[in-house]
Amino acid sequence: MTAQLAVFFVLGALAVIGAISLILQRHPIHSALSLIVVMVALAGLYLLMGAELVAAVQIIVYGGAIMVLFVFVIMLLNAGVEEHTSISKLAGAPGLLLVVALAGFIAASIARSTGTVQAAVQTGALAPTKDISNMLFREFVYPFELTSFLILVAILGATVLAQREKS
Amino acid sequence: MVPTNYYVILSAILFGLGVFAFIFKRNIITIFMSIELMLNAVNLAFVAFSQAHGKLDGQVFVLFVIVVAAAEAAVGLGIIILIARNRQTLNVERVDLLKL
Repeated sequence: MTAQLAVFFVLGALAVIGAISLILQRHPIHSALSLIVVMVALAGLYLLMGAELVAAVQIIVYGGAIMVLFVFVIMLLNAGVEEHTSISKLAGAPGLLLVVALAGFIAASIARSTGTVQAAVQTGALAPTKDISNMLFREFVYPFELTSFLILVAILGATVLAQREKS
Repeated sequence: MVPTNYYVILSAILFGLGVFAFIFKRNIITIFMSIELMLNAVNLAFVAFSQAHGKLDGQVFVLFVIVVAAAEAAVGLGIIILIARNRQTLNVERVDLLKL
């Protein structure tokens, strides 16, 4: 009971610290490493909620594939420390205002909802991976096939965009 | 059990930080990373509600979101390489061809 809460707070704090570090770091590679911390912490939270498949996919696809792509592009383009002009320093004020407004809106929505929602199922009460597979290949089979088409288009698009122009 | 509210609040905090990073950062790669952060925050809310209602639809949605994010990252990073090649900069303020 309290152990789960403690794990939640540790992982949640790790995720928030990673996100703040993403904002504060000036060098893109440091931001990328901070984002990896956030993703690993979120994978831990998914495990805590009993979503093993999502946790594994989060680590493999997000922490592995996507972040490797990011780091690879940062190295390829030799990205340096970002420069802030006077306009970009000015952008912080309305940005902060917008974020506070957004957070207030979300907090109000949560406060208006029916109190504390307790989880309906005990962790591990359902066998998620098997059930998810059943849903994915029965109810969601058309979206599933559509995503394969989407990935094909993305591969073609990325190849066309990144290829060197013939001169 | 951890109350679902906690997960939703954490998700909101992460989403807010993602929005702030999106507005404040000037490096186009970091801006792209903040979009990924926002997608992650939404995924957390999806899984939390999936657990709260005892249904797995939310987790299936998360898988779809991850697939779309991967496709988006591939195409987006291709565009970033193109911008860096044509403009010799990664600062979004220097990419102002459409500005009057």
